[in-house]
Amino acid sequence: MHSKGRSRFIVLCVAPAVILFFLFMVLPTVNVFRMSLFERGAYSPTETFVGVNNFKVLFKDAKFIASMQNTILLIVTVTIITFFFAIVFAAILTREKIKGQNFFRIVFYIPNILSVVVIAGIFSAVYKPENGMLNSIFSLFAGREVMVLWKDQPMVIVSIIIAMVWQAIGYYMVMYMASMAAVPADLYESAGLDGAGRVKQFFQLTLPLIWTNIRTTLTFFIISTINMAFLFVKAMVAKGSSDVALSFMYNQKDAGLYGYSMAAGVVIFLFSFLLSALVNKVTARDVLEM
Amino acid sequence: MTTKKTSGDRLYQVFIYVVLAMLAIVIIVPVAWVFLASVKQNSEFYGNPWTLPASFYWQNFVDAWNAASMGSYMLNSALVTALSLAILLVVALPAAYCLSRFRFRGGRFLNVCFMAGLFINVNYIVVPIFLMMRDWDSWMNYFFGKTIFLNNLFMLAIVYAATALPFTVYLLSGYFATLPHDFEEAAYIDGAGYGQAMIRVIFPMAQPSIITIILFNFLSFWNEYIISMTLMSSSTGQKTLPVGLLNLMQGQQSKAEFGIMYAGLVLVMLPTLILYMCVQKKLTQGMTVGGLKG
Repeated sequence: MHSKGRSRFIVLCVAPAVILFFLFMVLPTVNVFRMSLFERGAYSPTETFVGVNNFKVLFKDAKFIASMQNTILLIVTVTIITFFFAIVFAAILTREKIKGQNFFRIVFYIPNILSVVVIAGIFSAVYKPENGMLNSIFSLFAGREVMVLWKDQPMVIVSIIIAMVWQAIGYYMVMYMASMAAVPADLYESAGLDGAGRVKQFFQLTLPLIWTNIRTTLTFFIISTINMAFLFVKAMVAKGSSDVALSFMYNQKDAGLYGYSMAAGVVIFLFSFLLSALVNKVTARDVLEM
Repeated sequence: MTTKKTSGDRLYQVFIYVVLAMLAIVIIVPVAWVFLASVKQNSEFYGNPWTLPASFYWQNFVDAWNAASMGSYMLNSALVTALSLAILLVVALPAAYCLSRFRFRGGRFLNVCFMAGLFINVNYIVVPIFLMMRDWDSWMNYFFGKTIFLNNLFMLAIVYAATALPFTVYLLSGYFATLPHDFEEAAYIDGAGYGQAMIRVIFPMAQPSIITIILFNFLSFWNEYIISMTLMSSSTGQKTLPVGLLNLMQGQQSKAEFGIMYAGLVLVMLPTLILYMCVQKKLTQGMTVGGLKG
């Protein structure tokens, strides 16, 4: 067909998206890496090249190391706890005949649609030292006034873990339910005839058959825990009392140390990338055909 | 299955319901508690947290709306969310259409770029975006004597739309690629141009995907607070609802106005909860299609 009109049409359609994508995603991403090698004045755009100096300082910064340790702790604990609950509840809701199955699915997914700011507000009521929900329940069982300071050291990290697991269970449960629903029912029937109980069916049928999906979600867990930990810490925790990797990066920006902040960003990005690749490699299995 | 019911089975059934009910309680109770707390008077927050509100103290909502500016924040949020959804659809639909259905020079390269964009998380690039817009503002200030990039709701909407592009283009392209080319051929024979064929024939068919996109991005734009907090940082300027609420919560430690705070929380989550109740089936189904978010 008339190729001039065709090219004009294509350019007209694609150009706005490409421009927005380039300006607000590609350029800033390139800048993260570029700026990590520079030092930039807090109020003037003058930049001086400092090589890998930002990284040298970063690796000796006790606060950055502590924030990375917190991040790793969160990745490990939140992933394990969330994975356990999500897969067990997914198995129950797909494999068992449950009255109100729909109701439970709807309720479990609710935290996922709430803003992290809202979740922080909800949990501030849960964690309030005096007359908070959690402490009042503990007081009831202990028979005396219990005063756990949930948002102070050393409990603050536990508080973040609880809130993050609370938020994430429903999301992953729905993911696992979708892939479990694709497992043909007659496989379970024949396994049942062979005398395999529920637990055996779960480990020998369900888990291997949805393994591909589990591997994908493990990558999600790593990437999203790094991101969500930032959102939760920023909204829930008093500034500076407990940091995770990305909140450390963000706080350097507030201090006007832009190059330093971006160096932290580069390290965190590479860390998440390598960890995902590693987990992906370790969990590789021969795929079982349904 | 042909198993007989034993007492062990019965016990197992009870156990399952107890476990399910427990998780449901753990999720519902804190959320419901906030709803109840939003109509409590301030004095009621100094006793047992499990008492029901003495009366429906709606004044909290009035105070949150007026005195704590939640009303204007909510308007800002509604404006930004609607604007960014509109921009996103206008920009992403034609782009996804061309990228998935036309072969042209550089097309494959652009597809790869947008795919790679799925892995760029906005938390990493929010600082460079902020610095870039601040630089643009200082040029604007130098040449025209005013700034337009930071502390501007319209610019915030553009950034939201831009950061949602890779996911949206990915989702739409996936759908467009499945349609047979006969649809356009027929339209061309009837004398329609490229644009007409796209808008009149293809877009209406993409309606289910478009609805999914609106749902997901409504939730993420409405709930977002990091970009908004960074790009709308002026203490006197406009704010979106989550950021306004966060400021209210962090000011809360000094002066205790719990009722207003919980009323503000209800204002933020009510629209998302209502939307969720209406379309929950679509949302949890769509999630498994576009499970890359999160």
